[in-house]
Amino acid sequence: MALAESLSGGGARSTLLRAGLARRAEAVVIPLLALLAGLAVFGLFLLTQGKSPVDFFALVWKGAYGSAFSWQNTLSRAAPLLLSALCVALPARLGLVVIGGEGAIVLGGVAAGALAGPLAGAPAIVGLPLLAAAAMVVGGVWIGASGALRHLRGVNETIASLLLSYIAIALMNQLVEGPLRDPASLNKPSTAPLADQLRVGNMPGMDVHWGLAFGIAACVLSWVLIERTTWGFAARIAGGNLRAAEVQGLPVGRLIVGFTALGGAFAGLAGFFEVTAIHGSANASLAAGYGYTGILIAFLARQNTLAIIPVAILLAGFDASSGLVQRRMQLPDATVQVLQGLVFMAILMSETLYGRLRLFAAGKGA
Amino acid sequence: MTTGDIGLWGVPIAVIGGAIRVSTPILFVSLGETLTERSGRINLGLEGTLVIGAMTGYATAVLTGSAWAGVLVAALAGAVFGLVHGLVCSLPKVNDIAIGIAMMLLGTGLAFYFGKPFIQPVAPNLPAIPLGWWSDLPQVQAALNVNVLFLIGLALAFAMHWMLRATRPGLIVRVVGDSSDAARAMGLKPAQIRTIATAIGGAFAGVGGAYLSLYYPGSWNEAISSGQGLMAVALVIFARWNPIACIWAALLFGGAGALGPALQSVGVTQGYYLFYAAPYVLTLGVLIATSSPSRAMAGAPGELSITK
Amino acid sequence: MTSLTRPFSHPLSRRGFLRGSAALGGAAALSSLPLGARAETPLTVGFIYVGPRDDYGYNQAHAIGAAALKEIPGVTVVEEENVPETIDVQKSMESMINLDGATLLFPTSFGYFDPHILTLAPKYPEVRFEHCGGLWSADKHPTNAGSYFGYIGMGQYLNGVAAGHVTQTKKIGFVAAKPIPQVLLNINSFLLGARSVDPTIMCQVIFTGEWSLAVKEAEATNALADAGCDVITCHVDSPKVVIETAAGRGSFVCGYHADQSALAPEKYLTGAEWNWGKVYTDMVNTTLAGETIPNFVRGGLAEGFVTMSPLGPAVPEAGRSQFEAVKAEIMTGGFSVIKGPLKDNAGNVVATEGQAFLETDPSLESMGYLVEGVIGATS
Repeated sequence: MALAESLSGGGARSTLLRAGLARRAEAVVIPLLALLAGLAVFGLFLLTQGKSPVDFFALVWKGAYGSAFSWQNTLSRAAPLLLSALCVALPARLGLVVIGGEGAIVLGGVAAGALAGPLAGAPAIVGLPLLAAAAMVVGGVWIGASGALRHLRGVNETIASLLLSYIAIALMNQLVEGPLRDPASLNKPSTAPLADQLRVGNMPGMDVHWGLAFGIAACVLSWVLIERTTWGFAARIAGGNLRAAEVQGLPVGRLIVGFTALGGAFAGLAGFFEVTAIHGSANASLAAGYGYTGILIAFLARQNTLAIIPVAILLAGFDASSGLVQRRMQLPDATVQVLQGLVFMAILMSETLYGRLRLFAAGKGA
Repeated sequence: MTTGDIGLWGVPIAVIGGAIRVSTPILFVSLGETLTERSGRINLGLEGTLVIGAMTGYATAVLTGSAWAGVLVAALAGAVFGLVHGLVCSLPKVNDIAIGIAMMLLGTGLAFYFGKPFIQPVAPNLPAIPLGWWSDLPQVQAALNVNVLFLIGLALAFAMHWMLRATRPGLIVRVVGDSSDAARAMGLKPAQIRTIATAIGGAFAGVGGAYLSLYYPGSWNEAISSGQGLMAVALVIFARWNPIACIWAALLFGGAGALGPALQSVGVTQGYYLFYAAPYVLTLGVLIATSSPSRAMAGAPGELSITK
Repeated sequence: MTSLTRPFSHPLSRRGFLRGSAALGGAAALSSLPLGARAETPLTVGFIYVGPRDDYGYNQAHAIGAAALKEIPGVTVVEEENVPETIDVQKSMESMINLDGATLLFPTSFGYFDPHILTLAPKYPEVRFEHCGGLWSADKHPTNAGSYFGYIGMGQYLNGVAAGHVTQTKKIGFVAAKPIPQVLLNINSFLLGARSVDPTIMCQVIFTGEWSLAVKEAEATNALADAGCDVITCHVDSPKVVIETAAGRGSFVCGYHADQSALAPEKYLTGAEWNWGKVYTDMVNTTLAGETIPNFVRGGLAEGFVTMSPLGPAVPEAGRSQFEAVKAEIMTGGFSVIKGPLKDNAGNVVATEGQAFLETDPSLESMGYLVEGVIGATS
């Protein structure tokens, strides 16, 4: 709180500017304080387990952000999470709760894996965009269907998207072990391996694939869409109350289908990168749970698509350090899950401080 | 033909048996969530509560030798999780869906952390009532081997239906769920009532978890729940916040889940992944068939964030 | 659980190796050295498991094997559990290499091989990647990667022999995860073992589609019991649920991966168990001696890669003697489970009269059929 005060009350600027600064400052300061509080609670938990919190946090730092290798580890894990979080955050702008992004990732990956066969002879410049487009179309249709069902039939999108994600995983398994199976894949049924030129490589100078850059770009573009375009403006208006928006004559149906489909397309793109940058074929490993982690990230980011970037990097960092913690401290793998649960609880609880803190700061400044 | 082979009759019997066996945890979680949501809150974290219930229930049964003590402790652990969710969400501006997801992570994390030493030991199971005694067929006897918790779940569904419709506590929950302002005008404290409803809902989910680890499949491991808790929360929307409809939803889901293995056992062996998806496809189908744009949220509590 | 303290001196068998068998002599000779002589070159060995380390099954069998290494002076074992077959496993391996200095890695899940090990092996040529279950081949794969596996199908054959003597309904059951070669060989072996007792026995298989999914495994077991199967075994990562559910339905059970007899002492007939402790100890000793582990390592009952649980009380005397006789025959080598005349359950000939596939035959590792008498389909 003291930091927020000094940030907002320092200069001799107008009250309005000060209030704006205070709002920005609290958006940074409150989550950071909450992060520290969550870490402190977890430290107490560790003490009850007879383990040293100092050692633990040092290892988490080392494993997540402490070296070039650790940063690349963290960023590699963040790449699919950026895109899957958008699948939640974009529909959320309309007040929709979509929790089935996993299905779009899986089927997007299968689409890319299936199309890679016929495109085996195509140059990368043609093949890769086509694979990405196929993955995005399939992902977009899958999540867009939840939106369409919501608009046309009044089916709740939360349950529809969850059901569709389980159906998607079943379809993936059936396809990968049936018609799309490469007979040579033996004990891990997969589609045929991608041709070399259809593999997506790492970004220059680092051991992180291009999915990270595209994920960040997608987050930024989504922010521009929401904050700087008429569609985004309409979505923000409609998001308050869909029924009222419809009465006002806003194109609610197109907004719902458009935003769910766009979210699904980004999740499908995550599947494309899993296949082309990591696995080299489509198989059951596509259902890795990124879609579910994306829900958490989107909510932690308060559905702000720019905030998704740091939140995804934070969460991926915890994941990246998990192995080191297991190996060095003989703690179970679930330890980092407990840490994440506590930290995220604290960050989400801290939302109650917004506004209160601003009032406090603005009051002092005036 | 071998003895005891009843051919295609095995499929409906297996579906009935599966409906009874698999539906119980879904029923308990759905009932708990129905109460919570009728009070105007949504707790998406019951998957974590289910797993915590499974672990604490199993651990207690191992340590005390009593499966019922396990159920009790699972209910208490679930209530604690519900209480935390309820209290945290009583703070202004805190998003109940997001807290639920974080608690799902925390719950499964704690369950796996403390559950490691209990994977190996064998705990006593909950008893079942052999309602199939009248039949000579072992398949029928097995299908109608009904666990007490299933019957308790059925009774609780009817009790909750009656409670919500015809009692003063039920009226209070409904008023709080439909309008905070109206509730305050009546002198009620919405946050307090929602917290109690979430705690009770958590206890239900904890019992559901104990059923998983102490009866069916009846052991503790980290793959014990394959998302039943999350699915059960979603099924509340499907059941339109009606406890009786929760029974049908849970039975439909459990019975459809038994279809895959049963069909394979009578020789329908192709495309089993698609048969395994039957519960999801059927639920979606019923949902689409019974919804309509005009009454999109019929029966939805007015204060529910997910349906606003 | 399997014994952790088997003698280290058991030499790896030659017949399983396609190449590099010269290294064997080194490993065998080394075991006779005093233990202290080896402690001078410290070795960090990394183990990665796809599931929880104590799952009463696949991962536990590997973790027990890893535990055996902790007794060797100068060897540090680092482990990670629940690592999915995604970028996560690549980063776990790299983290073990970069942060712990591991130079010998055992990523134990089949799906870790392609593309994950194959991506990292060229990048870390000084690190040895030993993979369980894969088919390493010299013309396709890096030389610092290798594959090892055991002929556990023989164990399922012996399970079948015990089952054949116990079944009354002449119908036995198999809960399987996915229709992949390793699983199909186990199903076929289980039935053929039973048919060596009584050729009319049938085997019902149910695929769950997942490696670890408790409720579906329980449902599959119930469906098998409903279909009249009175002896049930499985190939899933964690057999605990199948064993307990089957025994609860009154069926007899055969174990897999690890010893599950404690879960159903009266109903447990026997079980096919891994003995990775022996394999890992040999490989680490080879490495400590400065030798290279062969790229393709296989072994069965004779080599101590696979062991059988002690026979349970329900196996009759005739079953015991046949079980022991067949086991002895397997131990001497030259025994074939898949031998002609044999058809698959779609009527195609898979082995003609006089044709026999030894356990060492690599073609068995790409098996794509279920034999006649198995009720089930491969897709």
